[in-house]
Amino acid sequence: MSIIEVNNLTKYYGKARGIVDVSFNVEEQEIFGFIGPNGAGKSTTIRLFCSLIYPTNGQAKIFGKDCAKFGPDIRQEIGYLPSEVFYYDKMKVIDLLKYSASFYKKDCTARMHELAEIMELELTRRIEDLSYGNRKKVGIVQGLLHQPKVILLDEPTSGLDPLMQQKFFKLIREENARGATIFFSSHILGEVQKMCSRVAIIKEGKIIKIEDIKTLQHDNYKKIKVAASQIDASRFDVEGVIKLEKHNGVVGFFYKGDINVIMRKISEQEVSDVTIEEPTLEEIFMHYYE
Amino acid sequence: MNIYKHEFGMYIRSVITWSLSIFALLFLFLSLFSSFSASAALLNETLSKFPPELLMAFGMNDMDLSSVLGFYGIVFLICQICLSIQAANYGFGLVSVEERDMTADFLLAKPVGRPKILTSKFLAALTGLTITNAVIWISSFLLLNLYRAGKSFDLRTLILLLASIVIFQLFFLTVGVLISLLVRRVRSVTPFSMALAFGMYVLSAFGGMLGGDSLDIITPFKHFEPNYIIRNGAYDLPLVMISVVAIIVSIVASYLLYSRRNIASAV
Repeated sequence: MSIIEVNNLTKYYGKARGIVDVSFNVEEQEIFGFIGPNGAGKSTTIRLFCSLIYPTNGQAKIFGKDCAKFGPDIRQEIGYLPSEVFYYDKMKVIDLLKYSASFYKKDCTARMHELAEIMELELTRRIEDLSYGNRKKVGIVQGLLHQPKVILLDEPTSGLDPLMQQKFFKLIREENARGATIFFSSHILGEVQKMCSRVAIIKEGKIIKIEDIKTLQHDNYKKIKVAASQIDASRFDVEGVIKLEKHNGVVGFFYKGDINVIMRKISEQEVSDVTIEEPTLEEIFMHYYE
Repeated sequence: MNIYKHEFGMYIRSVITWSLSIFALLFLFLSLFSSFSASAALLNETLSKFPPELLMAFGMNDMDLSSVLGFYGIVFLICQICLSIQAANYGFGLVSVEERDMTADFLLAKPVGRPKILTSKFLAALTGLTITNAVIWISSFLLLNLYRAGKSFDLRTLILLLASIVIFQLFFLTVGVLISLLVRRVRSVTPFSMALAFGMYVLSAFGGMLGGDSLDIITPFKHFEPNYIIRNGAYDLPLVMISVVAIIVSIVASYLLYSRRNIASAV
């Protein structure tokens, strides 16, 4: 059974589009990436999982239970980190965390202090005195302190410095190894590429592709650069080649097709250097958004 | 219970401020009674020269300022205005403040159902209002006995007046919650609560002035008009029932609306 099942999930805000006919499954202990630009519907999807909003149509199920009907049950085992973190300004960090922990059946005190230590969070400060990055840390700790089975991350790294991002990713990997399923929404492809096993790409409220990260990179274009003293870019203008460019005596392009064809083309030339790489997710991604 | 405790913590400062202010008001006003009552006959005569419409507007028609409760009725009306603002503040802010400050995302993503959240919030606000209510009870008894200038008053009528406070508060609390759920977003609580409280007061005042009874039928200032209760030693029961019905309808509708509400996001 899939941990998260989404069937034809649709959400309109009045006439404004949220998401349309979104369907996918997330398996147990998977790190599932959810990628798209701002306004594509990433937050809408996660907010539907938490039943902060209710679907216009379709259904989302977590642990086999409908999110809209069994919200409190499901949320006992969900950790949610919103993209924008807001907490009761007048409260101290420790009081907010204790308040957060008081909603769960298990005792979260030990894990709470452990997480605060990892994230270097000062517990005695008031929320209103915290910087954005520090508030985000509060968000991470309150979202993970009950060791949830499903962790919903909505652009989790914004506001964190690179060092903290590293710690955060390490933390998420550990949670995952412990058995947690991770739903990771982001518009930063690099981090999704590093973390996730599968990825769904969402555009204007619709899912346009769901794929293994590896397949996405392998069954795709190769990124090829050929350097030569005298080279005619048009020689490479064959079927399967896109984005052919010549820059400083280096011809660069993306190629999809029989690799031998392009190898022959290259070997016909007197070249000084050749690189053949997997394209980054960014480059694949741009292709979907053209 | 955890939500209730947390919510109540948010009210403490406000409850103390309101309670102390109302105590100060009662104290200042009632301590003047002995000097007033000495020249009460003169005062009553002066009042009778005012146009009756004006006196009606302030609920002061047929008011005997020489009697303890007649005098108390005036300050009780001012208390009612304060109470209506306080209760409306809590009502309009009950769920809207969390949505305005974006903390609703935190609370509603916790494993707790919407009805339970609303109940906890209602009870926390009601506890705050009840503390203010209790302060009025205690200070009224205390101050009236201290400053009654040897005159007696009907204890039963005083209790009737004080007992009306809880329904009066509930009206503004629950109607405030309902309106806050009907509008898209409450950006600031004060304009809403002021509009509801003063709107209801003005409606009652104008109704009195015009002498008709069409408009003022909806306002609790009319349902629990101190002057009426003092003069008759009883509530105007059909009018009180309107308040009660409004409270019940508001509560039921609030639960229905809140359970289905889509919480707006930060961006």
